[in-house]
Order: sequence, then structure tokens, then C-alpha cells
Amino acid sequence: MIWVDTLVQGILLGGLYALFAAGLSLVFGIMRLVNLAHGDLIVLGAYLILVVVSATGMNPIFAAAVAAPVMFAIGWTLQKVVLNRTLGEDILPPLLVTFGLSIVLQNALLEGFSADSQRIGFGALETASVPLGPVTVGVLPLMTFGTAVLTILVLNQIFYRTAIGRAFRATSDDATTASLMGIRPARVFATATGLAMVVVTIAALYLGTRANFDPSIGPARLIYAFEAVIIGGLGSLWGTLAGGIIIGVAQTLGAAINPEWQILAGHLAFLIVLLVRPRGLFPRGKD
Amino acid sequence: MSALLETKGLTAHYGDFQALFGVDIRLERGETVAIIGANGAGKTTLMRSLSGVLSNDPDMIHNDGAAVGALGADTIMKRGIAMVPEGRKLFPSLSVEENLIIGGQHKGGRDMGDRIDGLIARITGGDDPSALTGHHDGTGYWTLDTIYELFPILRERRNNPGTALSGGQQQMVAIGRALMSNPDVLLCDEISLGLAPVVIKDIYAALPKIKESGASVIVVEQDIGQALKVADRVYCMMEGRVTLTGRPEEISRDAIHEAYFGAAA
Ligand SMILES: Nc1ncnc2c1ncn2[C@@H]1O[C@H](COP(=O)(O)OP(=O)(O)OP(=O)(O)O)[C@@H](O)[C@H]1O
Ligand SMILES: [Mg+2]
Repeated sequence: MIWVDTLVQGILLGGLYALFAAGLSLVFGIMRLVNLAHGDLIVLGAYLILVVVSATGMNPIFAAAVAAPVMFAIGWTLQKVVLNRTLGEDILPPLLVTFGLSIVLQNALLEGFSADSQRIGFGALETASVPLGPVTVGVLPLMTFGTAVLTILVLNQIFYRTAIGRAFRATSDDATTASLMGIRPARVFATATGLAMVVVTIAALYLGTRANFDPSIGPARLIYAFEAVIIGGLGSLWGTLAGGIIIGVAQTLGAAINPEWQILAGHLAFLIVLLVRPRGLFPRGKD
Repeated sequence: MSALLETKGLTAHYGDFQALFGVDIRLERGETVAIIGANGAGKTTLMRSLSGVLSNDPDMIHNDGAAVGALGADTIMKRGIAMVPEGRKLFPSLSVEENLIIGGQHKGGRDMGDRIDGLIARITGGDDPSALTGHHDGTGYWTLDTIYELFPILRERRNNPGTALSGGQQQMVAIGRALMSNPDVLLCDEISLGLAPVVIKDIYAALPKIKESGASVIVVEQDIGQALKVADRVYCMMEGRVTLTGRPEEISRDAIHEAYFGAAA
């Protein structure tokens, strides 16, 4: 029974990692941009929600809804003003610029909020749990997982069923030909990053309510997110969910054997998948 | 009266390499104009300039009297100038039907993005890049249904990925995609390239219908016979210059040969 419990906890943890990863996956899938500041942007989102909660006392979910449009605007502007200039044949400039952005964000947050660890209070939800078949699971992890599935479902609908989704795919295929369709690639990319920042805000809600955070924890979240994206296959959002679950399960299994093995087991699972399927489990298209 | 589309001393460069040297061409409303010329003559470069993929001096290209040479491809398209690019360039991630839909999805008018850009321009005191769009609303004869009437095979294949079709069918998608914006000007770059003669005939059979819908057409053709058959006027290019122009019935085979290959040939 303990193994079933471990497995279920691992799957639910995978939902959190998938949420960390979904925005990264979306942006990479559309513009082949690896945003090294992704983890720090999640942390920024968490501070934003925290500020709204402390200022208004509103429920963190509503605070996230307030923060989301702000984050969209930040993402849109960041892409339009900075990141679009780095896109091109060479993959190095976006890596360098987002790495720099990561450092800037961490230091700005440190300046603004100090190194003290923070937490967004979720009241009774933090400790509530429900029976799920033979095991008992926390309500918050269950909500996280449900949100991850819903987020990826909605993103896929946007990607495959809407006009903006068509523009995303067409621009990703061939930006020059897309411009012949009346599409302005710089704008499509800005919208995509804005959308990714909305997903980042959702990830931030759970990052901030499930555990303590401080300005320095972004890069570690980036690594989990990155591994989930690679395991799942670049550009596939459902693959990203699968990747998150694999890392989550590996971590809880590792921890069940020896608490010190939790992080290591996750990275090992990543390496094994990379060895067996170098392009991930569900790679999208050719290239 | 100003021409529908006109170049005035158009030049184009790729880095240090100059591909066009003062090209003057004119397209009147209702006309079909053919551009012929050997490989590397600069035909595609001319089409890329007209469609805004390559940027020029504003005054080098005029559309309905407006200087549009410096506008980007998306703005040019919204002014009613659509392009069927060389090599078809379908979007592999989109189905046949999505490839068609996307051709008409951003047609005409100022959308929200344009208004945001206009607002930013007003605040920063710059030029509104979309100020020249808007007179073309993109409505007209062409819809998914009329495209499927024109090329019935596409209806059967509408859920296939665009790139899973034969070359001729892909060319039909590329033409349909451009028509979906109900353009005033249709630019076609080598729509017969690599296709069997019967398929070429099928594709050119669509031209009368396209003209009837109100579009004026520029076709780039390597096949001189085909060009002379469909065009009201022909321009022949060589090494980045127009070497011959006239009505098909006015120009002799010898003159074409000389304009095409140079006097020495
Ligand atoms: N991207 C590019 N970079 C550098 N030079 C280019 C580029 N594209 C074209 N050229 C050069 O510009 C000249 C004109 O090329 P262009 O493609 O316009 O010719 P074309 O008439 O369309 O030829 P084809 O019939 O082979 O399509 C050629 O000498 C070509 O080598
Ligand atoms: Mg060409």
C-alpha cells in the first residue's frame, strides 16, 4: 500500500512540475526560445500574488487572477522589447540574454523583498486532505494536478482550435511566409510569451502556497521544468505533463527508498529517458 | 491615373550583391502581367520586393498612388496584395483547410495589434506603421467554399497536412491561401515549377475565374509559351534588369531570345 501511496503522491507532484514547465514548453514550441529566466519569472509571479494578497487580503486564487494580466503585459513587453531582438539563426543570444535576465530578476527581488523566505497563506486548504481510493491525498496537491491538466487542455485547445493558435503554428513553421498572410511575427511571439506568463502565474500560485519561496529558488524550478519539457518531447504539451509526472514519481520513489535520494532520482530518470529516447517521449513533428 | 501597382527604379540588394538595377514595371487594374527570365534573372527578388518581404525605399513601389516600398509584408498583404511564393511554402503544421483559412484570417482593416502599435507610435512620436492599411477590407468572392469549388480535390483532402499532398495539389492550396484575402493583386511566383503539363493546365485553368473575381495578376514564369498565352503584357528580365516589354502579339521570338539570354547567345 505504501507504494501505491508513493506513486499517487508522485503523480500529483508531477502536476506541479508540469505547471512549472508548461509556459517554457509553449514558448519553446512556438519560437525555439529557451527562457533561462523562466524559474525566476515564476518566483516573480509568486511575489506579485503575495503583494496582492497582503494588500487586499483576498483569496490567493483571486489574487492570481489579478496578477495574471499584469504578468501577461510583462511577458508581452519583454518579448517585444528585448527577446524578439535576440531571435535568429544563432541560439546563443537568447540564452545569454535570458541568463542575464535571470540574474537581474533575482537581484531585484532580493532588493525589493529581502532574502527572507515567504509563503502565500491558503488557510485550511494547506493541510486539508481527502481519501482517494486506498490512499489519502492532500487537497492542494490534487488541485495542483487538476489545474495542470486543465491548463494543458486549454493551451492545446488554443493551439489547435483558434485563430491565434493557427498563427502560432504558422509563424513557428515559417515566419516569412506567415508575414505574407498578414501576420506580424514579432506580435505573435509577444502574445505567446504573454500567454506563457499567464501560465507562469498559475504555476506561481501553487509554488507560493505549497512551500516557502525566496528570490533565489527560480533556477531549481527551471531545472525541473526543463527536464519535464525534454522528457516529454520538445513542443508537446501533453508530453510535458508526462515528463512532469515521470520526474515527480521518480522523486517520491527515490525519497521513499532514502530521503536523500529524492532530487537525485528525478535527475536520474531524466538521464535515463534522454539515453533511451534522445528526442523525448512525444516529439512534435520533424526538425 | 495611377497604376494599381508600379515600380520606379526599383533596386534590391542581398548584402553586397545587387540583384535588381532600376526595374520599372506597371500593373493596371484588370491586367495579367507575366515576368519571364532565366534562372537568377531577379524575378523572385522582384516579387519579394513587391510583397514587402524585402524592404526598399518608399518611392520605389507605388500601390494605387501610395508609396509603399518600405512597408512590411504583413501591411502590404492587408493593402490587398497577396503572394503565392516560390516553392509554395505551405505550413507543415497546418491542415489543408487551416492553410486556406490562415490566408484570410488577418486580411484587411486595422486589428487590435495595429491599434496598439498606433497608440505606441502616438505616445513615442513615431510613425504609425499601420497607417497605410485599412482601405482594403478583404471581403469578396473568395471563401472556403468558392476555393473548394475552384479546386474540388482540396475539399476531399482538407484534413490532410498541407505537405502530404502532391505538388500540384500543394500549388492549389498555395493559390487558394492567397485568394482567401480577396486580393486586388495576386503575385504568383513560378506556379508551374516542377509540375506535369496536365497539372499545369489545371492550375492555369483557374486564372480566368481569378480575374473574374476582380484580382489583377502578376505571374512569374520560366515557361515562355505559357506566359505568352495568359498575359496581357510581358516583361522579360535578365541580370536584374528589364530587357524587353510588350504585348505577346507584338514581340517576336528572336526579340525574346535576345532579351532572355543576352545578345551574344
Ligand atoms: N537570399 C539571397 N542571398 C544572396 N543572393 C541571393 C539571394 N536570393 C537570390 N540571390 C541572388 O539574386 C539573384 C536573383 O535571384 P532570384 O531568386 O531573384 O532569381 P529568379 O529570377 O527568381 O531565378 P529562378 O528562376 O531560379 O527562380 C541571383 O543571382 C541569386 O543568386
Ligand atoms: Mg525565382
